[in-house]
Amino acid sequence: MLSVEEVIHIERLARLKLTDKEREMYRSQLNDVLNYAAKLDEIDTSNVPPMYHILPVTNVLREDIPQNNFSLEDALSNAPLKEGGFFVIPPILGGEE
Amino acid sequence: MEYEVNIGIEIHAELLTKSKVFCSCPVQFGAPPNTLTCPVCLGLPGALPVLNKKAVEYAILTALALNCKINRNAIFHRKNYFYPDLPKNYQISQYDTPIGIQGYLEIETSSGRKRIRIRRVHLEEDTGKLIHSGGRITGSDMSFVDFNRSGVPLLEIVSEPDISSPEEAKEYLTNIRDILVFLGVCDGKMEEGSMRCEANVSIRPKGSERLGTKTELKNINSFRAVERALQYEIERQIDIVSKGREIIQETRHWDEKNEKTISMRSKEEAHDYRYFPEPDLVPLEIDDGWIEKIRAQIPELPEEKYERYKKLGLTPYEAKLLAHDLEMSTFFDETIKLYNNPKNIANWLLVDVTKELKDRNKAINQTLLTPRMLVELLTLIDEEKISGRIAKDILPELIDKGISPRKVIEERNLLQITDTSELSSVIEQVLKENANVVEEYKKGKEKSFMFLVGQVMRLTKGKANPKLVNELLRKALG
Repeated sequence: MLSVEEVIHIERLARLKLTDKEREMYRSQLNDVLNYAAKLDEIDTSNVPPMYHILPVTNVLREDIPQNNFSLEDALSNAPLKEGGFFVIPPILGGEE
Repeated sequence: MEYEVNIGIEIHAELLTKSKVFCSCPVQFGAPPNTLTCPVCLGLPGALPVLNKKAVEYAILTALALNCKINRNAIFHRKNYFYPDLPKNYQISQYDTPIGIQGYLEIETSSGRKRIRIRRVHLEEDTGKLIHSGGRITGSDMSFVDFNRSGVPLLEIVSEPDISSPEEAKEYLTNIRDILVFLGVCDGKMEEGSMRCEANVSIRPKGSERLGTKTELKNINSFRAVERALQYEIERQIDIVSKGREIIQETRHWDEKNEKTISMRSKEEAHDYRYFPEPDLVPLEIDDGWIEKIRAQIPELPEEKYERYKKLGLTPYEAKLLAHDLEMSTFFDETIKLYNNPKNIANWLLVDVTKELKDRNKAINQTLLTPRMLVELLTLIDEEKISGRIAKDILPELIDKGISPRKVIEERNLLQITDTSELSSVIEQVLKENANVVEEYKKGKEKSFMFLVGQVMRLTKGKANPKLVNELLRKALG
């Protein structure tokens, strides 16, 4: 069973703030997910090379030719706040720490 | 108690490709913010990365130059963390299959040559750039993000903790920089951030088997800072340990202004990047044919140049200065093909040409001076058509205007005076005007002779053949 401390750790990594009740709910749900995936442990894979990709394809490469067809307006079109071509964001430190 | 120091260095080098590592956006400095972006490097949903072949080849090239083994099957991983300069919330990097592993670099130390092992060389993407209002991260009320740098290919080079002093660290770092520059994969400018460095440092009682607790130093922005930051941190750690206290494993920030390291975060949660294979990129398969093709492209590196220059008769000092300067050594190598006196060329390049370059703040390839022009200049001296003095005087015209030395001396009528009768009359005049000096010379003051030579040179505007002046003057003074 996943411990409460482990859930809190995952919570922090995901920048979430959960209530005790939510934490208990996720603990149980995450646990189910882990148990489900743990079924794979029943199979002996010691002689199976790791599969890094589902496609039997390697070396898909692009030549080093620059192209620039995305405008500044496009780049900033989803920004809630912008100034002088920059994305403007809240201060980075503070609050959380 | 005597302590032993262990330093490991992590270098990030921006690769000089024309486009980014996973998209075609141009790699370029100084462009207006966010004008070199696209859905891939902005991390927009659904955008897919495609790997830049050149970036892979630069990584293999560097790994080979650093004596690494190449991982035949190299894959990319996602490194997950949140930071506003990282639009996807993960960085595409490499984890357990870096492109290069188990390399080494030999450096010169006070106690001889030493091998620094290189743990890994891997390819990843750079982040965007943050600008904090007020210029500082603490206390600013907002930040500005520019994603032009996001996705620029970065090469990470990690050493084992084999470095034992700040001096060795600097030597290691400058050697890596020179290799990157000679390979043409990075411009190596620490001050501009195209090469960045972090160091982990620990101390242990001399002879102890186990490494001490390490701290990680960040914000080291120049070659000078590397040495000083490490010096400070080593002294700080020795001070703590000798007082019987313990080193805390933490990240420390080098404060350039106050020349000390400061703790960045007291309550830092252990890194948990949850690496997993990047599903948007297929694996790299690097075969022998590809590796050998790249290996053949490794140019002569500073170390080999150094040895070759010493065999040409240069002093170790001259050889090192030339060998570690890409532009100068290229120029030197071109010149020795045309003129068989390497020592003379080195002298001119390292003294007179270097002085002119410093005045102009330029590299030699940014001037109009060519190997052919330098050879012409040296030949004119050898043929006694001009004196060394005149040659130095006209050097700026060659550098700034690219005029051939022969033309300059013709136009300005600077050909050496080798005509005995013409010189004799000048000497006569000098002796007449300096009768008292002549008197002193005759009483045995040898210095007076040099003064008289100087007078002749002055009257001929440096054009007199010095050897002839000596000869004629001795004769005249009887």
